[in-house]
Amino acid sequence: MKLNLKVWRQRDSVDKGRMVNYEVDADEDMSFLEMLDVLNEKLILAGDEPVAFDHDCREGICGACSMVIDGQPHGPQKATTTCQLHMRHYSDGDSIVVEPFRAGAFPVIKDLVVDRGAFDKVIQAGGYVSVNTGSAPDAHATPVSKVAADRSFAAANCIGCGACVAACPNGSASLFLGAKLTHLGEMPQGQPERYERVVNMVETHDDAGFGGCTNTGACATACPKEIPLDVISQLNRDYLKATVAGRRNRG
Amino acid sequence: MTDAHTTTPVNYSDYETGEPVVDKAGPSGPIETRWERRQFGVKLVNPANKRSKKIIVVGSGLAGGAASATLGEAGYQVSTFCYQDSPRRAHSIAAQGGINAAKNYRNDGDSVYRLFYDTVKGGDFRARESNVHRLAEISRNIIDQCVAQGVPFAREYGGLLDTRSFGGVQVSRTFYARGQTGQQLLLGAYQALERQIHAGTVTMFPRHEMLELIVVDGRARGIVTRDMISGEVETHLADAVVLASGGYGNVFYLSTNAKGCNVTASWRAHRKGALFANPCFTQIHPTCIPVSGDHQSKLTLMSESLRNDGRVWVPKQLGDDRGPNEIPHDERDYFLERKYPAFGNLVPRDIASRAAKEVCDEKRGVGPSGLGVYLDFDDAIQRLGRPAVEAKYGNLFEMYERITGEDPYKVPMRIFPAVHYTMGGLWVDYDLQSTIPGLYVAGEANFSDHGANRLGASALMQGLADGYFVLPNTIGDYIATNNLDPVPDDAPEVLEARRSVDDRVETLLSINGTRTVDSFHRELGQIMWDYCGMERTEEGLRKALDLIPELRREFWNNVKVPGTGAELNQSLEKAGRVADFFELAELMCLDALHRNESCGGHFRGESQTPDGEAARDDDNFGYAAAWEFTGRGQAPVLHKEELEFEYVHPTQRSYK
Repeated sequence: MKLNLKVWRQRDSVDKGRMVNYEVDADEDMSFLEMLDVLNEKLILAGDEPVAFDHDCREGICGACSMVIDGQPHGPQKATTTCQLHMRHYSDGDSIVVEPFRAGAFPVIKDLVVDRGAFDKVIQAGGYVSVNTGSAPDAHATPVSKVAADRSFAAANCIGCGACVAACPNGSASLFLGAKLTHLGEMPQGQPERYERVVNMVETHDDAGFGGCTNTGACATACPKEIPLDVISQLNRDYLKATVAGRRNRG
Repeated sequence: MTDAHTTTPVNYSDYETGEPVVDKAGPSGPIETRWERRQFGVKLVNPANKRSKKIIVVGSGLAGGAASATLGEAGYQVSTFCYQDSPRRAHSIAAQGGINAAKNYRNDGDSVYRLFYDTVKGGDFRARESNVHRLAEISRNIIDQCVAQGVPFAREYGGLLDTRSFGGVQVSRTFYARGQTGQQLLLGAYQALERQIHAGTVTMFPRHEMLELIVVDGRARGIVTRDMISGEVETHLADAVVLASGGYGNVFYLSTNAKGCNVTASWRAHRKGALFANPCFTQIHPTCIPVSGDHQSKLTLMSESLRNDGRVWVPKQLGDDRGPNEIPHDERDYFLERKYPAFGNLVPRDIASRAAKEVCDEKRGVGPSGLGVYLDFDDAIQRLGRPAVEAKYGNLFEMYERITGEDPYKVPMRIFPAVHYTMGGLWVDYDLQSTIPGLYVAGEANFSDHGANRLGASALMQGLADGYFVLPNTIGDYIATNNLDPVPDDAPEVLEARRSVDDRVETLLSINGTRTVDSFHRELGQIMWDYCGMERTEEGLRKALDLIPELRREFWNNVKVPGTGAELNQSLEKAGRVADFFELAELMCLDALHRNESCGGHFRGESQTPDGEAARDDDNFGYAAAWEFTGRGQAPVLHKEELEFEYVHPTQRSYK
């Protein structure tokens, strides 16, 4: 099939950037990234610069993909990262617009590559259990109910891609933040630092340039791992308990 | 630029055999107490002194992430490097199945000794006993550590950890988090690492690629990196260097590895004197989604657990082009059940892969390319009902449908073997120290624990054992016993290493030929798959040894790398990696050629039993082959480490 692509090209972080049209021949078994590989091979041989994009595992788990396809982070398929999106969902003659994830906290580095380092900073502020190697009790010392473990897993499933931020009209990372707080907050191991954690992570989130949450739910719709929206409720609940109810200081 | 113009002497394969290589760090005596005794023998570093000692870690997967966090906790100044934009994206994240641990929570007769035994046997008697025993001991601590970090392992209703069985063993010792165990373990290590970054003990360098090792007075003292955004070439100096940079499966172009996985860090160290051991030991995983066309950029694994309920078959008749559901049961060849009645569809990976290749060689393969076999769940759905199959494998079935557009509840899956893991790697002693003092190697990048074949759910175990528990202990011995003077930034060795990186980048950019990096990589991969893949023969390997240097010369004369070195340039990154894959490929073929026996993942056509199974030759090949680099295209020198089996006595593996 022949496709008309409009791709965001931006030389570096200071370049203004622009959309550029390309034609590419694709085959229905290709993944979206393989279609871009074909375009890039063509560009290189024609003496042009290939389109830079982040990708790595190409099986939907590393979270490196960072494209907005026709206005949707990771494109039109539900619960599917860009690397797992296949061209059989397109037909001959289609036009496709490809842009980078856009958010104040994710500056563009080049073409479709953005800087998501702010996510690491948010984790640094408390997205862990403070336990040094070697000091752990036996794994069976603390039973965890299956319900809690499953809910924790559903949140821990987050791949840190940033689609939630790109989808949010406010550029908020509340879904990402709520996912980590729920993952750790559901486990007994996460309790001692629970309220300290939420305050520190929220503060870092705000400082990193992410916006506030206005409950549009666009994040959960865009999330390729279907992180449930109610992790944001947990984030808000914990935050209120930590600040208004003063749990933070009582531990 | 000498690299580009080196001519190949005629006989790369006329290698010489040098002095044996000996593991001097491993204690002898009773195997149960070797690790305890080694830990006691390690000289300790005064906590106050740790603050002034610098350690570089390359790679942020399970081994590198865990090592960085643990060394940071201990108080060292750690600098950690990864090519991804965040350490959380290292390819450990993609491991699906689980992690083995000898907890014996099932009361099914498991023990440290049994895990040790299974791993030595599963590795087809080509691993070092001391290391494997230590791995089995530490496996228990790993589960404790990960649970304490809040890793959400699968649990039973009573609140305790669930386990499952995995290929080739008879106990249930595999801990898991759905089909995303690697992800959850890596996030545990990543979070521990981020905690140390916050504490200031670890400095993280994402989007940095190591392009050279700095060796001063025979010791590893630093690395040269390229900042992948600005293109800046930087020097980083330290008291010791740890490589945890993963495996080299991407030498085959198509593999289940992430696109960025590469051998460059290991290969640069090899070129500087680190021996490379058993490079030909690669694992080909039987259940991957088949190649769908020339555009294919990588292969996707379908978890081994599918073979618990799926039945593998091809049509009995040659040229049977009916759809799978139209072929009656008695016209199907369930070849694994036929050939291996005792283990059936659950034979180990190497055996299942080879059997699939065999039926495809007979032209009975299925799918458009003929390179595929069916993995059929029809019987399981009839026996257990669709909801039960959905509960067990739902996410895998969805992934299959997403990629192929076919519904595996209705049509059998098509699968084919694909390169998945590399057991070979840089040679290390019991302390995980390479043959360059001060250079340590952890995880898939080293060679030590899996012999010629890795058992399922053992890669995660080894990565974390090395990173959390082994290396942080043993590296202290080197730091404590060697009071090293600082290396000045302008030491000749530093300048030479930087210059070689600059030259290489410049050369790659200046060739301006007519072929893309990917086209070379694909061609190299095809050569490797054809001649150094599932079955190797002398004839094929010799052919590969002719083709590879020819293609390599063309690469250095005709590759086209657009752009400049002073910007984000993904073509340039790939070019450097492929250049190193060429040299590795040649060594892999030579290693495979010299090892005229079949063992584990290495199957030599010339060395089979009368019924077509792998025939090992312990008398002649009961050693690890550690190769010394002597120059590009020049015959390397072989150093043998004789393997002693004091506890698990070699037997021929049989799964019939």
